[in-house]
Amino acid sequence: MNAATAFTVVVLPPGVAIVVALVSSRARAAEWSNLLAAVVCAIAAVGLVVVTGRGGAEVTLGGYLLLDALAGWAILCVALVYLLASIYSIGYIRHEIEPRRLGRFYALFAGFALTMFLAPAMNHPGLYWIAIELTTLVSTFLVGFHRTREGTEAAWKYIIIVSAGISLALLGTMLMYWAGTFELGPRYDMTWAVLHQAAGHGNPLIMSLAFLLILVGYGTKVGLAPMHTWLPDAHSQGPTPVSAMLSGALLNTAMVGIVRSLSILDATGRGTLGHGGLVLLGIVSLLAAAFLIVRQTDVKRLMAYSSVEHMGVIALGFGFGGPLGIAAALYHMVGHSLNKSLMFFGAGNAARACGGNDMTRMGNLLHRLPTSGGVWLAGAVAITGAPPFALFLSEFNTLRAGLRAGYAGVVAAVLVLLVVIFVGFLNHFRGMALEQGESEGEAEPVSRWCLVPMWLALIPLVVLGLWWPTSLTRVFHVVAQGLGTMTGGGS
Amino acid sequence: MMSFTPLAASLFSLLTIVSLILVFVMLGSRWLNNYLIAFTAQCWVVAALSAAVGYYGDYPELYLVALFTVLFRGLLLPYLVFRIIRRMGVDRELHEIIRPSSALVAGAFLVILALVVARRIGLSIGNPDDVIVLALTVTVSIKLIGFLMLAVRHEAISQILGLLVLENGIFLGSQLLVPGMPLLLELVILFDLLVAVACFGVLVNYLITHAGSTSSLQLRGLRG
Repeated sequence: MNAATAFTVVVLPPGVAIVVALVSSRARAAEWSNLLAAVVCAIAAVGLVVVTGRGGAEVTLGGYLLLDALAGWAILCVALVYLLASIYSIGYIRHEIEPRRLGRFYALFAGFALTMFLAPAMNHPGLYWIAIELTTLVSTFLVGFHRTREGTEAAWKYIIIVSAGISLALLGTMLMYWAGTFELGPRYDMTWAVLHQAAGHGNPLIMSLAFLLILVGYGTKVGLAPMHTWLPDAHSQGPTPVSAMLSGALLNTAMVGIVRSLSILDATGRGTLGHGGLVLLGIVSLLAAAFLIVRQTDVKRLMAYSSVEHMGVIALGFGFGGPLGIAAALYHMVGHSLNKSLMFFGAGNAARACGGNDMTRMGNLLHRLPTSGGVWLAGAVAITGAPPFALFLSEFNTLRAGLRAGYAGVVAAVLVLLVVIFVGFLNHFRGMALEQGESEGEAEPVSRWCLVPMWLALIPLVVLGLWWPTSLTRVFHVVAQGLGTMTGGGS
Repeated sequence: MMSFTPLAASLFSLLTIVSLILVFVMLGSRWLNNYLIAFTAQCWVVAALSAAVGYYGDYPELYLVALFTVLFRGLLLPYLVFRIIRRMGVDRELHEIIRPSSALVAGAFLVILALVVARRIGLSIGNPDDVIVLALTVTVSIKLIGFLMLAVRHEAISQILGLLVLENGIFLGSQLLVPGMPLLLELVILFDLLVAVACFGVLVNYLITHAGSTSSLQLRGLRG
């Protein structure tokens, strides 16, 4: 098997699922085709990581696709969340959406996954930009799917803020191409690899400006503060499986563009600026998240701000750089994808049992929803970065990378903020799990479809928290190498 | 780096400056129709610039870009927006945060800022054409003023037009700075914009059916 085959197997099933969902009038068909597609995607994505992790990027489809270890990793994160969210949808979505709109929902859902599979694999920065914009267009309709006033507001904010933001990334991409024309002449084939090769001779000022524009542009999509303002609304108003996809999968795919551009800037010799910018946005994100997590009352918004926090941590990992920083950031990506899906699923179950997202209404969850509440609570401990869960290992290594890169002050500040978030986040959970809430009485039992994905997320989190597989270290090493050299692409 | 004949250079400069002036027309107009007309005119100017660069710089593919710009951005988009304006029955910006006259002054400062940035970049590449510096200035100005318009206007249509103006700045700059940039990108941007407008149309419909108003100022439920 080669990377191109694996990628084809990743992108075909969602395509088929879209068609089935649109053509078939029966909701069951849409549900099951979507689930089947997600299972196939997940298996193929693992295969893709295995193949690309051996090293050597593969450029296919007339030079349009770049299948390297970084793309493979991002696709794996998307595929995992897609699988978990598809299982969860079967038990959950029928309570939220009337049957005749289910087909449309699943078509959009699979389409959203498809665009997120495509984006990280784009070899051409311009096409990457278009793919990211496509993810926005598709997911806007999912965010506003409820057609409530709040849903519409969230969708509107989402599309306006994100489109305006990533138009900056387009300007940055254009400037990068312009910087290349001094070296390569007015016409050349713009790929990440070609830009990387030309960067050594590029004009440092233009490249710096271009990178900063790209950082702010895609940073809007990643949800780094202070460009995060769309994120809590979009994540809290969409149906729960969509929230999980937005948070666990979408944000990572936009991070890929920042990381690739950063490696280009490194090659021009202005890397310090880029790394500093990323570290700055990372720490601002942590700061904003810390303040807003502490005083949050809506459970899904709490999860959304936690996403801002974790994107900040990933930004810090890439910003600190070095093989260790990159490895920690990638480990954090997959840990966050699993953990945040788990958190949104738990929040969805709790919100259904208590009739709303308001946390003051939620109480005694450990008693009222024993399994769901318990797993959710474990997930909450995991997502604040406590051992023995995966995010502890990645945050710990991110901080080590920071010390190694000489950011001792930043590391100290991050530690303080992480502790604040730990206390603030778990305090909400203490209230929800143990204290009396406003809504009382027997909750109807949670469907098995809604419980299985929570376990499926929690078990790997524990495993990855206790044991860092050496095979993953090898994959991360290949990614770091690829970012250092960007070999094997383009011209 | 290209160099242009004096005639070509002055033509490019003229078109670039006209499009900058048109942004100020948009910034200063309170009536949505005027806003739309200025936007349409700007799209035509950008198309003319594409054609001119294609002619003088010998980039035949830019003719196609010019054609697409006129068809999609110069005719189809304004028609769609015009229809939405008529359907909504909102003909003027009711929700501006600062008055148009103050917005014009702010816009002027943004142009100065853009000029400083462009000059600094111009110096770093050593001895550039004046057209290049001008193109950079206008690109960055349109970008900044587009953001200003997005920030101070809250009518849904104004925001859609603001987004489109942001993109116009990039189109304009890319004609002069990177005329050889692969065609594919530009074509797909046109396509992409079309999708975006379709999408906005739906959202505006949502706004009408649910919020009863098309001002995003009404959308203030989600905070914190």
